[in-house]
Amino acid sequence: MSKSIKLRKGLDIRLIGEAKTTKSKLPLPKSVSIKPSDFHSMTPKMVVKEGGKVNAGSTLFYDKYNESIKYASPISGTVKAIVRGAKRRILEVVVESDGQQSYEESTIGKLSDMSADQVKEIILSSGLWPMINQRPIDVVADPKNSPKSIFVSAFSSAPLAPDYNFLLQGMEEEFQTGLDALKMLTSGKVHLTLDAKSTSADMFKNAKGVQINTISGKHPAGNVGTQIHHIDPINKGEFVWTVNAQDVAIMGRYFLTGKFDTTKTIALTGSEISEPQYFETIIGACVSDLLDGKIKTDNVRVISGNVLTGDKIDQDGYLGFYHNEVTVIPEGDQMKFVATEGWMAPGFKRFSNSRTFPTWILPKSKKFRLDTNTNGEERAFVVTGELEKVFPFDILPMQLVKAAITDDIDGMENLGIYEVAPEDFALCEYVCTSKINIQDEIRQGLDLIASECM
Amino acid sequence: MKFLEKIIHKHEPKFAKGGKLEKWNPVFESFTTLAFTPALVTKKGAHIRDGVDLKRTMMMVILALVPCLLFGIYNTGHWEMVAAEGNRNIPYLADFWTKVGMGLKVVLPLIVVSYASGLIVEFIFGVIKGHSLHEGFLVSGMLIPLIMPADVPLWMVAVATIFAVVIGKEIFGGTGMNIVNVALTARAFLFFAYPTSMSGDNVWMAGKEADVDGFSGATALGDLATFTTEKMTVAGADVVNQTSEAAMEAFNNSYSMLDSFIGMIPGSVGETSVIACLLGAALLLITGVGSLRIMLSFGIGGFLTGLLMNAIGTNPYMDLPAAHHLLIGGFAFGAIFMATDPVTAAQTATGKIIYGFFGGVVAILIRVVNPAYPEGVMLAILFMNVMAPIIDHYVVQSNIKRRLKRLKTA
Repeated sequence: MSKSIKLRKGLDIRLIGEAKTTKSKLPLPKSVSIKPSDFHSMTPKMVVKEGGKVNAGSTLFYDKYNESIKYASPISGTVKAIVRGAKRRILEVVVESDGQQSYEESTIGKLSDMSADQVKEIILSSGLWPMINQRPIDVVADPKNSPKSIFVSAFSSAPLAPDYNFLLQGMEEEFQTGLDALKMLTSGKVHLTLDAKSTSADMFKNAKGVQINTISGKHPAGNVGTQIHHIDPINKGEFVWTVNAQDVAIMGRYFLTGKFDTTKTIALTGSEISEPQYFETIIGACVSDLLDGKIKTDNVRVISGNVLTGDKIDQDGYLGFYHNEVTVIPEGDQMKFVATEGWMAPGFKRFSNSRTFPTWILPKSKKFRLDTNTNGEERAFVVTGELEKVFPFDILPMQLVKAAITDDIDGMENLGIYEVAPEDFALCEYVCTSKINIQDEIRQGLDLIASECM
Repeated sequence: MKFLEKIIHKHEPKFAKGGKLEKWNPVFESFTTLAFTPALVTKKGAHIRDGVDLKRTMMMVILALVPCLLFGIYNTGHWEMVAAEGNRNIPYLADFWTKVGMGLKVVLPLIVVSYASGLIVEFIFGVIKGHSLHEGFLVSGMLIPLIMPADVPLWMVAVATIFAVVIGKEIFGGTGMNIVNVALTARAFLFFAYPTSMSGDNVWMAGKEADVDGFSGATALGDLATFTTEKMTVAGADVVNQTSEAAMEAFNNSYSMLDSFIGMIPGSVGETSVIACLLGAALLLITGVGSLRIMLSFGIGGFLTGLLMNAIGTNPYMDLPAAHHLLIGGFAFGAIFMATDPVTAAQTATGKIIYGFFGGVVAILIRVVNPAYPEGVMLAILFMNVMAPIIDHYVVQSNIKRRLKRLKTA
């Protein structure tokens, strides 16, 4: 029984630099990196050593506390560096390409002949498992749990988000196979949620074996968290898994070909990119080739992912495991004089959800070039009601954030911490007048819950 | 503005950690951030942030107060002239600029004293705790002079402001942590500590002496001193010894609905004009800084209580038409600028409605049932400030229960 949901709350941040729907294929990256920090709270146990040879699909490391979850190399070549940080924590594992892309050989049968356990086993051993995230806590799913449902969103509503119809073009069979595989991991349903505002590609509309829902509204309509909350909310003790649509196709490809081929399309976006468009590359690719000669200005911030939830990376950094886009926006490390650009100025360039800046009068087609300045200093919570405007959950955001800040476990449980992930609070963090790092606070709250209650 | 920026950068190291003047960094930072939005950038999470910050929000409130301030200056001048000449019948608009001048002479010192004393306290706490000036006081410092009687001695304003900032705010942790509205704390402090300067019939007109003949009727009021309200003070002379119908009539002669609406009545500096308050409300609502829920429910609560009291009607206050209640006694000012203070009001959407409604109810109740405290609005808001966390608690509980029920039905 499909559901259609209408959201009234939310916010679309209108940024300059949306990607045009043209795609270029990038050459195989010289190096790729898998960053354990992409998988929150996972402790890697290395399998390979520096200098060791790997194929695409070879295990680089596994989860120390969940040994069945393997993390594989997307590329064939040599392990160039295992970069460690404070307390010898592994920050990234860099693999240098041999330029050939030879795959780990494996023969797998047809998906239709497999049992659920076999499917799970294949996903775990192949290195695909980290693509499956679990709620609550928003970490890589624990294979021991059985999810009551699995959610896939067929679009992203984040600012400058790539168009999923375009990302997955030509991957109809892969995507459907991926969904079929996921279907075997749960006794419940696989939910695929489409954007009601635009036409979805046929592969989404006609996907089989899944419950198709539609959702309309502003961001965060495309977030799985929002969709789960309105379609099949999580209660304490329940688990829901989520997979990004493009990762579903990558999974499907493995079941079709037996190769750990992580080729994916990403969008290069942002106001500082001369020609924003789409590129085909692989997971963890070095972005230096991608960005080469395309950045218009100096002093920019390169973000793997979108501007609300992405990670800051260097210009020769690496694409994050889950990310479908690279965004480049101006760095905001300059002072702004009050009367011209600051808090006293009329502020036609300051996009704001509060109506204290006149940008809300401007036509909806007007787009903005926003930088990374916080536009103010951190303060205690003063303004009320603003988080609620962009948080389409039946959850009291401010109270939940306060419970998280004060380590109030009972409070967090009661107020709905099990249903949320930091990304659900990205807009709250954006609009917060007091400039509180809300996603971080929620993450710390989730960590506390994970260590105390799970 | 490059040269200013250069000056700041030149002196910055002195105030930085390890610098000679490290201790004074909060003061330095407060001033530099007033002039420039600092070069702070996001580190992770949301890489872009909304243009709004607390300074902008607070600026909107101050802008919204400007009509009240301007009107207050003129109104103060008018009543000062009335008191000086002992003639109630001076046309309101006559001698415009003289009145403006007289008003300025009274109101400007109030503002200066309020800001100066408050900011000194803020900076002392800032230096001790190592944080820059929090913007909250920029609004409180403007609100305080607007809710003072024109004739209040300046030293009292200073004492009250310091008391309010220290006891009302800083001991709880500063802006955002306080339980009760800072400006109202200042006023309540004066009200109870120096009642003769804050109530009675002599304080509402600057320079007025108690026994100017043929004008105040203060002698006839003698035994009714406890019965006075700021708005009824002068009218009270005729009101109390007569039937309530006659009282109403006398009252209406002095303070017609229209006069009260425009604000041509004596009262605290900035609270008399409902029009000016509504202008401010419009700005607050357009910019989304003030809560419509609170303003409306406060008004509705007050109006319904007024109606109820009309039905009972055993004293002149009870007979005052409900609509008239909303126009006097700083009711509009309280509803629009005081009750909506986001820190001390209820924080949940439903909570705001309940909070506002009972604020209005209690304001009229205090005013009517216990005329010894005509400052109903002030006390009601302070009372509801204290109650707001309880209201929020129950709203939050109902959310929790609803969400638990979902588990049972599922």
